[in-house]
Amino acid sequence: MTVIVVVLMVVFGIAGWWLSQQRLMSKPWLEAGSVAAFPGTESGTMPMAKVGLGVLLAVVGCLFALFTSAYSMRMEYAAWSAPPVPPLLWVNTGILVLSSAALHCALIAARNGQAELVRLGLATAGLTAIAFLVGQAVVWRELEANGHFLTANPANAFFYLITGMHGLHILGGLGGLARTTSRAWQRDPVPAKLTLSVELSAMYWHFLLIVWLALFLVLAGWAERFIGVCRQLLS
Amino acid sequence: MVDVTPGAIDGIPPAEVPEMDLYHPHSWWTKYVFSQDAKVIAIQYSGTAIAIGMVALVLSWLMRLQLGFPGTFDFITPEAYYQFITMHGMIMVVYLLTALFLGGFGNYLIPLMVGARDMVFPYANMLSYWIYLLAVLVLVASFFAPGGPTGAGWTLYPPQAIMTGTPGGQQSGIILMLVSLILFVIGFTMGGLNYVVTVLQARTRGMTLMRLPLTVWGIFTATVMALLAFPALLVACIMMLFDRLLGTSFFMPAVVELGQQLQTNGGSPILFQHLFWFFGHPEVYIVALPAFGIVSDLIATHARKNIFGYRMMVWAIVGIGALSFIVWAHHMYVSGMDPYFGFFFATTTLIIAVPTAIKVYNWVLTLWRGDIHLTIPMLFALAFIVTFVNGGLTGLFLGNVVVDVPLSDTMFVVAHFHMVMGVAPITVIFGAIYHWYPKITGRMLNEALGQFHFWVTFIGAYLIFFPMHYVGLMGVPRRYSELGDMALMTDSAHDLNAFISIMAFIVGFAQLVFLFNLVWSIRHGKEAGPNPWRATTLEWQTEHTPPRHGNFGAQLPIVYRWAYDYSVPGAKEDFVAQNDPGEYGAPGAHA
Repeated sequence: MTVIVVVLMVVFGIAGWWLSQQRLMSKPWLEAGSVAAFPGTESGTMPMAKVGLGVLLAVVGCLFALFTSAYSMRMEYAAWSAPPVPPLLWVNTGILVLSSAALHCALIAARNGQAELVRLGLATAGLTAIAFLVGQAVVWRELEANGHFLTANPANAFFYLITGMHGLHILGGLGGLARTTSRAWQRDPVPAKLTLSVELSAMYWHFLLIVWLALFLVLAGWAERFIGVCRQLLS
Repeated sequence: MVDVTPGAIDGIPPAEVPEMDLYHPHSWWTKYVFSQDAKVIAIQYSGTAIAIGMVALVLSWLMRLQLGFPGTFDFITPEAYYQFITMHGMIMVVYLLTALFLGGFGNYLIPLMVGARDMVFPYANMLSYWIYLLAVLVLVASFFAPGGPTGAGWTLYPPQAIMTGTPGGQQSGIILMLVSLILFVIGFTMGGLNYVVTVLQARTRGMTLMRLPLTVWGIFTATVMALLAFPALLVACIMMLFDRLLGTSFFMPAVVELGQQLQTNGGSPILFQHLFWFFGHPEVYIVALPAFGIVSDLIATHARKNIFGYRMMVWAIVGIGALSFIVWAHHMYVSGMDPYFGFFFATTTLIIAVPTAIKVYNWVLTLWRGDIHLTIPMLFALAFIVTFVNGGLTGLFLGNVVVDVPLSDTMFVVAHFHMVMGVAPITVIFGAIYHWYPKITGRMLNEALGQFHFWVTFIGAYLIFFPMHYVGLMGVPRRYSELGDMALMTDSAHDLNAFISIMAFIVGFAQLVFLFNLVWSIRHGKEAGPNPWRATTLEWQTEHTPPRHGNFGAQLPIVYRWAYDYSVPGAKEDFVAQNDPGEYGAPGAHA
């Protein structure tokens, strides 16, 4: 359960930092009067959708941290043999990086008001994300063809489960991206709304990329080796 | 209703956040059924939760019939008894308490108390309810599935949960249970995002965090915890569903069942326990924190006194919330864990007693020399304090490894958690319903019926659960449908069991009186007026009672003070509303 505890510490750290800005030491019973006297304590001015997405990402982060925790705990028990890392996973990772980069370009273009570039970036991001999902499906087929069935070994089961959950989250993101894209193709989109929409998609995409990189490290066994080295250094 | 952005008033700069666009319903369906108004959603949530809670109440009666009078009722087979236990526990903890506190009170009170027109994502809020309803329906469906609902115990421990010997294990019972929980978590996440972001981003001007009523602090912190803890339940459910449906070995060790070696190999049941309790322990506080918050407001309002130690109360809520994530393994002392590990968790468990005790002291000190009105909400609030202290003290016993080991799996544990997270939060729910019913319907609940309901429930609950501690200390195990002719069992254990069962029936019937009161008072209750309790918080200052779509009138209220200005010297009345700009008395004169 170490992984989830560490992730929670990070979440609590952010929450604690934010709370520390909120005058928690003030004595509200002495402070009747107009709010203008207490700057910085009003509701946030960040767009609500952005805050909402931030909270959602914390939840999604916890979800994957819990899967990783379960993975690392289960690893210690009997009958564990991790499936090989298909080389195609590297290609898929590259595609996902490309997708994230395309979305980031779209975001910069949206901020600069270049509608054509926004459309290009969004379309590229969507298509590469679909390519990533297809690639993951091919990886599954490949593993299955080589006898690494779901039920053959708990490590296999974890591999399918974790990559599947990540894929589901990409799929959900594609739904949001489709909405953003259709907004970009409208005759005259409202620039502020479109920029926010692209920004939210980019946030989600970058987050899922980071999650994927972390999962890749764990599934390929490098995280385990890295921790082993750290342990040796400490002891 | 007109949505207006207020301009500068009294030298206060205009709001930086534009007013939200409300969704305006056009038909009866979108107004009352597929409504996006948080108040309607709150009532839908509460109604569904209470309805399914009644099912759980009946299940507890059936269990008590069997325990009190074993062998008398043929239809309660041992399998059926397990099914009753499982469904009673799961419904009460997840589908009633969690849904009612967060989905019910959260939806109704957060927007009103922070001065918002509605939740910030009304559409997701509506979806949240409908997914919750679907989860409840899937759960109910398992009663009618072949083999009936699962009988795995509310903790659903594998491997037994998905094996042949357990009711519903190899039939559809356990599948429906897991699917229902997964749906619940998804639905809750949609609602939870709303509650958190509404508190963060949609507070009205002047409503600083330190001016929030403690109710909002409690619900807010509990929601954050739930958002972080429920994924653990989701992960556990998904993995168990894989084990059950696809034959994986996440939790299933190598098992020989009825002489047959199962396919599974090397899974870890302990892994499930870790995941389950990583959700399960915060869950206790997900239910308790809203109760803490609400009870603080009830006590301050009905004792006409500012809450003692507001800052400490806020810090304690946040502290309890954070601490409750590192105590989960105290549910697993008997799982064969490393004693050092157990020692760590015993320590963190006992540390939680500190902020909790601070809260109890502050409630008591709020009452001290207060102008205590023994209204029904106040009676329930007082009952809560007593009950929570009682249940908390036995928690100190069970939190210590050496005391827990002999008491583990006895009725003592059952009595402990029913006191601390059964009776205690339920008394707050009752108190809160009596307190806010006038705002929701415009009419008071009947006082005489309320008195009857309170006294029977309060005394009856003690007559049920106090003897249960003794029964547990005698060694009566939980989860046994029948004690049989065990030589160890004295006659007194059997007599107490029969007595507890009779009391359970009486208390259960008192709840029907409460339900009758709820329905009867909608039409026949006394007119309440906008602020019958003369309370300070914003929900009592709305233009209309019950508040209409959009909550407040043309302009959102502006907040000038904290939520606890009761009995302020120099003020016209013995309370000053949060949106009252006047200046009364010397600063701190009443603090």
